Formats: sequence, structure tokens, C-alpha cells
Amino acid sequence: MSVLTPARTSGRPASAQENFSAWANRHRKWLFAAPAMIFVGVLIIFPLAWTLYLSLTDSQGSVRAASDFVGLENYFTVLTDTERFWPAVGRTLSFTLVALACEIILGMCIALLLWRPFRGEKWVRVAILLPLVATPVAVGMMWRLIFDPNIGFANQLLGLVGIPPQPWLSGQDSALPTTIFMDVWQWTPMVVLILLAGLTSLSEEPDEAARMDGATAVQRFFYVTLPLMMPTVIVAILLRGIDALKTFDILYATKGKGGGSFHEVETLNVYAYGLSFDYNQYGLSSAVLILFFMIIVGSMWLLTMRKKAVSK
Amino acid sequence: MKRRSVVKYAAVAAALSLGLTACGGGSSESKGSDTVRVTLANHVWTEGIKAAIPEFEKSTGLKVELTQLGEDQLSDQYNVKLNAGSDEIDVMMYRPLQEGKAFARNGYLADLTSKVAEDASWNWKDYQDGPVKATTYEDKVTGVPIITEREVLYYRKDLLKAAGIEVPKTMEELEAAAKKLSSADTAGFVARTGKSAAVTQFSSFLYSFGGDFTDENGKSTVGTEEAKKAYAFYGGLIKNYGPKNVSTDMSWPEAMAIFTQGKAAFYTEADSLYKNATDPAKSKVADTVGFAPLPAGPAGSKPYNIPSWGLAVNKASANQDNAWKFIKWATSKERTLEAQKAGVPGPRASVWSDPAGTSTYPKDLAAAIAVSAENGVGHDRPQVLTVGKAREIVGGPIVASITGADASAAADTANTAFQKFLDDEK
Repeated sequence: MSVLTPARTSGRPASAQENFSAWANRHRKWLFAAPAMIFVGVLIIFPLAWTLYLSLTDSQGSVRAASDFVGLENYFTVLTDTERFWPAVGRTLSFTLVALACEIILGMCIALLLWRPFRGEKWVRVAILLPLVATPVAVGMMWRLIFDPNIGFANQLLGLVGIPPQPWLSGQDSALPTTIFMDVWQWTPMVVLILLAGLTSLSEEPDEAARMDGATAVQRFFYVTLPLMMPTVIVAILLRGIDALKTFDILYATKGKGGGSFHEVETLNVYAYGLSFDYNQYGLSSAVLILFFMIIVGSMWLLTMRKKAVSK
Repeated sequence: MKRRSVVKYAAVAAALSLGLTACGGGSSESKGSDTVRVTLANHVWTEGIKAAIPEFEKSTGLKVELTQLGEDQLSDQYNVKLNAGSDEIDVMMYRPLQEGKAFARNGYLADLTSKVAEDASWNWKDYQDGPVKATTYEDKVTGVPIITEREVLYYRKDLLKAAGIEVPKTMEELEAAAKKLSSADTAGFVARTGKSAAVTQFSSFLYSFGGDFTDENGKSTVGTEEAKKAYAFYGGLIKNYGPKNVSTDMSWPEAMAIFTQGKAAFYTEADSLYKNATDPAKSKVADTVGFAPLPAGPAGSKPYNIPSWGLAVNKASANQDNAWKFIKWATSKERTLEAQKAGVPGPRASVWSDPAGTSTYPKDLAAAIAVSAENGVGHDRPQVLTVGKAREIVGGPIVASITGADASAAADTANTAFQKFLDDEK
């Protein structure tokens, strides 16, 4: 140990303060990173490790109650469950993919419209951003009222133009599409924001060159703008995709526990929530969450790979 | 030098204040904190108690810190906090039939057996048997019931009168009347339809048809002929005479909204919610609502008669004595009478026998309650540890029946699943 080295060279015993600052100097990279590391440890690594541990036990009723180590049994139960788990995986993926596709396409269209300056641009932007600032639970409640089969506004509006009332959220087949619609309504603005930022940072030259060569607007979009925009698009997909995968509030606020009486909108998140808060099966629910976590990490990894390839 | 002395003073001041708070904490530790932290659900009962709390604070010198949550949020809070052994809750409002058994078994609820016995003037013996049984776990009192409820029939006097129909006394008459009264814009009958939410209201139909969820040996009986008939009847009423485009997610707020919007002739629901239908601010049909006992099925009229909410003390709380003081005050005879007058049916026999206790009730409702209290069944859902899961299983055939699927086959499926559930829970 050479903690005291700097003090010793001066020929007198080092004070505690000097000792500390010498030690701090040598370990400064750890010292400065410590708050962030503690944060990550306490709020990310510990819960993950604890969930992993719980997923290997038969913990239920109370987390503090005695539980036995059961190995991979919970995973086996979950992976062979074709009644709740696999349909939930299917719904999670279809919800994410459909919502994402709609948001990216719609977002791109709106971003292109907003790209060039026009009169009243400010107002349009504000109007488009409004859904983004609302709380998802409030959004869910609002749409639930609008889509109420008997007293809701949506069916009354349809009635005015002579279309018979639709079941919207109450139908077994229409509930998931309806929640996707809500997600699109709320989150397209965010995609618009990201894509608009990407568009405005593009340089004008390639577009002008294409114009000189007589390319049509559609050609210019598909052969010039879109390829240049690809990295931004992937960022948007990445950000929105993770969010869409773990959507919970809208689904819970509109259909409640279990995603409705037929589990119409039960995604992995809603399923895991029900397992822990309604059934108190913490072991099983942890196994679902760990599998869910792996799905998210896996799809994120695939997308980042793709982004690297595009950026090259 | 100057800077150092400032630091020194600051250090001393900090140490002193720490020491002082430590002293404060130390001295109050022996008799518990002066602040009682109470968590209550959104309910008519809570509104009454909330208004009266200053009175309690004045007479005891204690301070009440109130947290008020919706039913689902409340139950999630308990799951998280009690699981973590938190002492942040002293008094908790809970659902004895839904969570009582699990909470007691997990050791979340303090044993109140000696506390309820110690004060004769507060009088634990005054409490009705059913509610007391529901808040007792393995011979230990774990909670004090505050609200009781029975299923009654809500109906529209004006519609019945116009059609010349008597108030139905049997299930057959109810079906015939619902059929006659259902029209393009008014449903003949409405009730809860959500798989889990409907179970409690369906239970009275089940009992009245001669069924139950389990037999005395703890075996599933949701696949019996009686149960199948009850499932088909309840679901059939809603399917055939219910609102158009009926959703299968309705709990009481949605079903009540349809009734109070004047869009249904009959509605079966808990009596404790009657204010929603008779309050002109909430109901378009306030002055034409009538109440009757649940119509009789083949086995008679057997509605549930249960305590839906109770108060308990968190076992991890360091402030149990003051928590009990709060409960004793909130459940005293005077307060129960006040609450009952404000529309909350209570669990105290003396309040029911007191004419003042029923003075504010619509006459027909008071009569219906009296009948139901007599022949009522003490539970309205399977009596198991994981009630949430059990409700989903036994609720399956209700939804199947509402959507026109084969109720009998669904009941068989539910019976197998429920038996497996019961075996697993042993």
C-alpha cells in the first residue's frame, strides 16, 4: 500500500485529509461513477436478480412467506401454457407490430407535411403534440367513455351517418384493434417529432440533384429521402417499439384485470400483473417477467444491429 | 477560521436537532405516534367518516392521516406494502371475503380478539353473526366489519305500472316481466357482466337455484345441474333482455349507469349501492326506483348477506393502540347509526332494530333488506385464499352464457378447473 506516498515525500506525517484526497485522486474514476453505479445496482440489477430468484421458487401468497426452490419448473409451466401465456405473447407482438407500423407510416406522412414551412405551422404543431402530453391512464378512460357501446360518443356519431353501433372495446375481436388505435392516437406525435428532427437535419443537395435529373416527388422520397432517413427511422422504431411492447396503462384502464372477460387484450405485461396482484403467484409471474425481459432485450439487440448496418 | 466555526455551529445544530427528534421519537414510541395513518376505499361510508374525523381528533388529541383510494388501487397498495412488511399503514379498510383469509394467513392483520372484548359499552356482541364470522380467522378476530350488503332487485315503478305488471316474486315472473318490458330503447334487465365482477351478484341466483360454489367437503359444485340452470338463467336474462351491444366487462358502475340513465327496467345489485339510484344528482330515475327482495328460484329467495368491508390493524404497525382507538370510534354505535342513516347498511343488530336506523331508507328497501337478512347466505364468492383466480374460473360460464355459448359445457369446464384449483390450494 502506498497510500501515504505524497505526504511522506514532504517529510512529515500525512493528515487524514491529505490521505483521503490522495486516495480519492487515485480512485477518481470510480468515485465519480459511484452514484450512477449505486443507482444502477439498487434500481436495476437488484430487482432483476430478485425477480430471477423468485422465478426459481414457488413463492405465492406473500413474498415473505416461506417458499421452496423449484428450479425451472415455473418456466416449464409458463412455456407449456397455451391458454394464457402464448396467446399473450401473440397479442403483445401483434399489438407492437401493428401499432408501430401505423405510427411510423402515419408519423412519416405527417412529418413530410410539416417539413416545409407553411402558414399556421405553429398551431398545427401544437395540435399534433396534444395527445402526447396526456397521461395514458386518462387517455384510456377518455376513450373508454367515447367507445361505450350504449352511451358512448363514437356510436352516436356513427348513428348520425346511419351506421349501426359497433362493439369497439366490448367486442372480442374488436377490442385489441381499438386499443391499438388508442396507442396510435397517443404516440404518433412522438414519432412525428423524431422524424421531423431527422428531416430538418438532412442536407438539401441530394434532393436538389435528383430534382435536376427529373425525378418525381415519389421517386425522390423513396430513393433519396427515405434511405437518408433510415437511421432516424430505426431510432424511432427502437424507442417506440420498446414502449409499445410494454404498454400497460391503456390496456388496464380500458379493459381491467385479465384484459377483459375473454382476455381479449391481455398482453404479457397485463398477464404478469394479474399473476402477481390478483393471483399472488409471485414465482410464476417472475418467470413470465424474465421471459418478457428476454424478448425485449432480444428485439432491441436485433434493431441495434440493423441500425449499425444502416449507418455504415 | 471563520468558515470552520460556521461549520462547527452547523454541526452542533444538526446534532442537537437530531438529538431532539430522537428524544421526541423515543418518548412517543412507548405510547405510539400521535398520528394514525388510515387507508380507506372510495365509498359512501368513507365520505361520512371523513367528515367526522375532526371530531375524533378533537376528543383524542390524535391526528389522522387519511389516504383514500379506489378499490383496485387499494388492493394493489396492500399487496405491495404489506408484502414488504411496511409499517406505513396503521388502520386499513379491507374486504374480508376477498382478501381477509389470505391477509390473515400471511400474518398481515393484527389479532384484535382481546381488544374487541375489553370494552362492553362498545359491545362486540352487538355485531351480526355472518359479518363476525367473515372477519374471524382461525378463532381470532382480525377485523371489525363496517358495511354489510345483500342483493336486492331494483326496478322501475313507472314502467311496471304502465305495463300493468306486479313486482316479480319468482325468477319465472322476473323473466316474463323482463321480456314484456324490453323494448328498442329500454332493456328488460341489466346486471354485471364482467367475468370476475359478476360472480358476487350471480351468487344469489346460484343459491336460489339450489347451488353453491363448493359443497361441505370443499369439492367444486359449479358443474351441478342446479348451477348449470343458474348460469343459463342469469346469462340468458342479459343476453335476451339486456341492453343492446352488451359488453362483457361491466361491473357495478357501468351496469348502474345503464339503470340510472333510464335504460333498463330491472337490475339486481347490492343494496348498499342504492343511493346511486335514488340520488337525483346521479340518477335520472331517482323518483321512480322501487326495491324488492331477490325473486325466489326453485330453492327459494336466497340472496347473499355479507360484510363487504371491514377495518383491520396492520400487524407491522408500531401504533396499534391508537389504531384501535380509531377503529373503536369509527365503529361505535353512534357512528354506525350515523353511517346507516346516510345510506350505509351496517353490521350492528341494535342499529337495525332501532327505528332511526332505517328511517332514511326507502320503505320498500328496508323491507327487502329485512327479508334478505333473514334468509341470506354468508358468502358471495368462493371462500378460498386466492379469491381473484377462483372468481375468474367460476365466472367463466356466466360470460359464456351471456354471449350465447353453451353454458352447460362451460360449467363442466369450469367445474374441472375449479376442482383442480381447490386441490392445488390445499
